[in-house]
Amino acid sequence: MMKVPSGSIDCDVHPAVPGMAALMPHLDAFWREHLAERYIDQSPFTLQSYAPSLPHSARPDWRSAKGVAGSDLEVFRAQALDAFGTRLAIANVLYGAVALFNNDMAAALCAAVNNWVAREWLDHEPRLRASILVAPENAELAAGEIERCAGDQRFVQVLLLVMGDHPLGHRNYWPIYRAAERHGLPIGIHAGSTFRHAPTGSGWPSYHVEDSILQAPAFEDTVVSFLAEGVFQKFPGTKLVLMEAGFAWLPALMWRTNRSWRGVRTEVPWIDRPPADIVRDHVRVTLQPVDAPNGEVLNRVIDHIRSDELILFSTDYPHWQFDGEDALPAGLSDAMIRKITVDNPLATYPRLRADANQERAELRREAAP
Amino acid sequence: MSRYVVGRAADVAPGTSKLVIAKGRELGIFNVGGKFYALANRCPHKGGPLCHGRITGLAHSGGPGEYKYIRPGEFLRCPWHGWEFEIATGQSYCDPKTMRIRQFEVAVAPGEELVKGPYIAENFPVFLEEDYLVVEI
Amino acid sequence: MNKALAERETQTGQKLSFVDCDIHPVPRSPKDLQPYLSARWREHAETFGGHVCQGLIGQLPFPRMMAAGMRADSYPSNGGPPGCDLELMQRQHLDAHGCEAGFLVALTRSGMDERNLEFGAALAHAINDWQLHDWVAKDNRLKAGIVVPQEYPEFAVTEIDQRAAENAAFRQVILSPRASEPLGRRKYWPIYQAIERNNLVLGLHPAGLSGGHPTSGTGWGTYYMQEHYGFSSSFAGNVVSLIMEGVFERYPGLKVAMIETGFSWAPSLGWRMDREWERNRKETPHLRQRPSEYLHKHFWFCTQPMEEPEDPAHLNDIFDWIGWDRMMYSSDYPHWDYDDPRVALNFKMTPAQRAAILRENARALYRLS
Repeated sequence: MMKVPSGSIDCDVHPAVPGMAALMPHLDAFWREHLAERYIDQSPFTLQSYAPSLPHSARPDWRSAKGVAGSDLEVFRAQALDAFGTRLAIANVLYGAVALFNNDMAAALCAAVNNWVAREWLDHEPRLRASILVAPENAELAAGEIERCAGDQRFVQVLLLVMGDHPLGHRNYWPIYRAAERHGLPIGIHAGSTFRHAPTGSGWPSYHVEDSILQAPAFEDTVVSFLAEGVFQKFPGTKLVLMEAGFAWLPALMWRTNRSWRGVRTEVPWIDRPPADIVRDHVRVTLQPVDAPNGEVLNRVIDHIRSDELILFSTDYPHWQFDGEDALPAGLSDAMIRKITVDNPLATYPRLRADANQERAELRREAAP
Repeated sequence: MSRYVVGRAADVAPGTSKLVIAKGRELGIFNVGGKFYALANRCPHKGGPLCHGRITGLAHSGGPGEYKYIRPGEFLRCPWHGWEFEIATGQSYCDPKTMRIRQFEVAVAPGEELVKGPYIAENFPVFLEEDYLVVEI
Repeated sequence: MNKALAERETQTGQKLSFVDCDIHPVPRSPKDLQPYLSARWREHAETFGGHVCQGLIGQLPFPRMMAAGMRADSYPSNGGPPGCDLELMQRQHLDAHGCEAGFLVALTRSGMDERNLEFGAALAHAINDWQLHDWVAKDNRLKAGIVVPQEYPEFAVTEIDQRAAENAAFRQVILSPRASEPLGRRKYWPIYQAIERNNLVLGLHPAGLSGGHPTSGTGWGTYYMQEHYGFSSSFAGNVVSLIMEGVFERYPGLKVAMIETGFSWAPSLGWRMDREWERNRKETPHLRQRPSEYLHKHFWFCTQPMEEPEDPAHLNDIFDWIGWDRMMYSSDYPHWDYDDPRVALNFKMTPAQRAAILRENARALYRLS
């Protein structure tokens, strides 16, 4: 593993809501009372996928005696940002409200989380940007939340979990993609499940570790869903960012869909070019977890993908993906490191580019005689 | 190159095909709207019996949920993996040097805008001499 | 052209001498099984028929592509579905290309997915008789797979013991990978014990009918393109389950043939399992080796449907990673994505490697003399 060059853009960090007390100021009178009356305000809303005690949920040296890992801004600054010399980081708050069946409650809580992130994090830390958390099972409400938050340019992405009611390319979810495309917001799909279904086609595995491993095939099915449903034809500005998905499985997906496309095309005639080409244009993946075992294999996998533009740097703080400051796997060329840590994130997130342009303009003004 | 008589024009009605042997090669003779074409009976993908495939048109779409059927009778689907070939040129529809479906408007004459790539079904000129179908191999 | 289509003689090319690990025999009609069913079950089949986990009877809610998912040239001219006519199979495939052994995978009307477990047992027993009398007895190149309903382990065990003792043509056990629980779960262990005890192979092949769960942890797809993709991605759940539940610790002699599942996904799954297991070892203390070691030692992969990289040389990496001794040619006759043995392996390999894939590896795994 290698040290991260300073000035990198970290595309997946996880501030954590310390408890519903932090969200109460951002809820209206009805929800404040309703959640209190039902004692829901005492619920932690932690996802099964990231139960705090699980090893991957927090690196040992990032765990805190007081509170959930990632919930304290000062600690976050030091551990997630200063330690890596990070220039910009995108905050993905994995708040479990998205698992509720009550769509209105889920939407109200997601809105509260988004307000909380803006007020308590973005307002205080200029290096941070954020994803708009939405509960997708009511796509109209989710689209409304995107519209509500999009005016704040520090929101750079929409955040979804990979496993819900339907594969995410399904038409039910299209209001989300319509709204996101309008505002130039990539769709960030993060590992995790609301367990509306068993994680596998043959039921419920026994172990947490199996659930973790099986995020990868869920991401595969998700990419195929976007391809088959024609989301990229309907909303050509759509970019997917697959977070904590791994990426060593991508070549097999590209090869298999390229072959089958020619035989299944007449059912999905809107797919107008090889699926592998579509993936290279529309799909990005964050670096962690690096699911190649060494540098040689990693570089072969990148060769198989046939593009150096897909991987976006991430630390996945405070999840445990590497030790020390070795967030970069060994074996990457300097050129590839530059692409992963700066160029690819800037190319993927229009709102980061706008930032970068603004910064450059300011630097030029300062430098001008 | 030599010429082989493979049958009579009346043997192959419009919209149909006939398997023949010429110079030891299996060929399919296709009648597309009164014009004759010959394709080798071997799919360039994985060797399937191409000329036994379904004669069809093209499924075309401007976007998800839209379905149009254009250019009926001008295409052949390999009976194995379903690859689509334009009968007139042998050109694969989905080959790696792909052409975008949007280029195919109904008005375009066959073959003009197909991008050439490695996957071409071997095809041979067919001449009509009086009543006879003659293939040049 | 239909008549000529059905009777087509394959051009005689060079004979190869190969072992085909995936051939699908199909009863011409339900009547074919009647001689092998008792009166009680003949009547049950007539009056009640199948009882399965899907909305339609006798057809699939994800219909197949061209010609109902079959090679259009494999429909017999005297009627009946593709795969019902031994003579056509011999002419088109077994004789034409030099098959020295062919493994039957009997999926249709087999009882694996029958909700009435007693009926399912009767169907499985019947299909196993049918394989012996209608196929193996007529062409001694053909080997059979003992079909068992995995949801009825006690019956499965007696059926396996009986068939293994009865006829050496039975070389593997076929069950549905779309089970009610992931296949590594304890409920199925008696079946693995019986397989190991009888020196058979566990054959895993995609099943068309659900066992009660959506194909994917992300839910049900919309298009056949997604269902077809699921035939590979859904296998991750079972491979992970068999490994992580410690089935290979308990039954170290158990070998698994992955038939028609694809294979390019296997190395990345191995790396990912290792990564996650490393972090979570204490959850599965019964494992004494890395997950990828179990994967390498206990799993064989059939070549069909072979993924198609834009650069064919990339497949060599996959074969290197899985092991050239672990790959076995399969045709999937008479299905649409059939692979002809003469052209299936058209990328660079040594004659020894080609011989291994075409026959030697299968001979070793299935102990053919």
